[in-house]
Amino acid sequence: MKELSDFFDMGGYAAYVWPSYALTLIVVVLNVVWARRSLSRSREEARRRLAMRRSGGGET
Amino acid sequence: MAWTWFHRLGSPPYIYSLAGRLTPWFAWPTALLIIGGVYGGLVLAPPDYQQGDGFRIIYVHAPSAWMSLMVYTTMAVSAAVGLIWRIKVSHAVASACAPIGASFTLCALVTGSLWGAPMWGTYWEWDPRLTFELILLFQYLGYMALRSAFDDLQRADRASAMLAVIGVVNVPIIHYSVIWWNSLHQAPSVMKLARPSMPASMLLPLLMMFLGFTLFFVTVLLIRLRGEVLSRERTANWIREALAR
Repeated sequence: MKELSDFFDMGGYAAYVWPSYALTLIVVVLNVVWARRSLSRSREEARRRLAMRRSGGGET
Repeated sequence: MAWTWFHRLGSPPYIYSLAGRLTPWFAWPTALLIIGGVYGGLVLAPPDYQQGDGFRIIYVHAPSAWMSLMVYTTMAVSAAVGLIWRIKVSHAVASACAPIGASFTLCALVTGSLWGAPMWGTYWEWDPRLTFELILLFQYLGYMALRSAFDDLQRADRASAMLAVIGVVNVPIIHYSVIWWNSLHQAPSVMKLARPSMPASMLLPLLMMFLGFTLFFVTVLLIRLRGEVLSRERTANWIREALAR
């Protein structure tokens, strides 16, 4: 238990170390979320374009 | 004949399916390297003799700063390729780079600030390294703002590519800033591979983080690139094919 609280204390630098790691984790996760969202948005939009064409836009 | 691979790389349907197939091959090593690097950096590496456990911020700060420069360089090079050879896929790569680079530049700035607070006694200083890195963040944001200002994709591509290429001068400035100016920021301690100033148990997790972040960039870039390529495509046939998968 002592060891664990030492670990979280980071030799007195906890207030700097943990926010740094937390922010980096957030940036990493958001990058994945945003990228996947932008891909699914593009797929959605492509699907609409395709449907519009099928319903009588003259080009192929 | 020898050039067919190059032409295929310029073909949107090929890129779309290739990027989709490659993504897991980059995603898994990324996850293992970052988890291993974080464990090594937080648990296995010994505390620094001067900075104690505070130095552990290096494992997220230095790789983020590396990302900010490496992603910008990738963006500028693919923008230049797009400008010179008019390859649409190159512009798609450049455009996909910007949000990734911007987020890691911000991360480098904030983690650096959190590191500076206990070590230098200040969260911010108008030091060359810090100032030019902040300018780099504005360059990314400016690039994205410029792209979104155009309705016409081709004009957005060309104008933003121009901006990206001109702005690449800031990359060597940031890299060499700690050598050219008498900076508060410490000199690079990793790149001196011939005479590393860290023991292996400190250095190895850091190298894992560098490699992990680089592969992370490739992974996210591949996902974004598929979206970019798809949204640029007007040929019905392959869109139908792509959506079927």
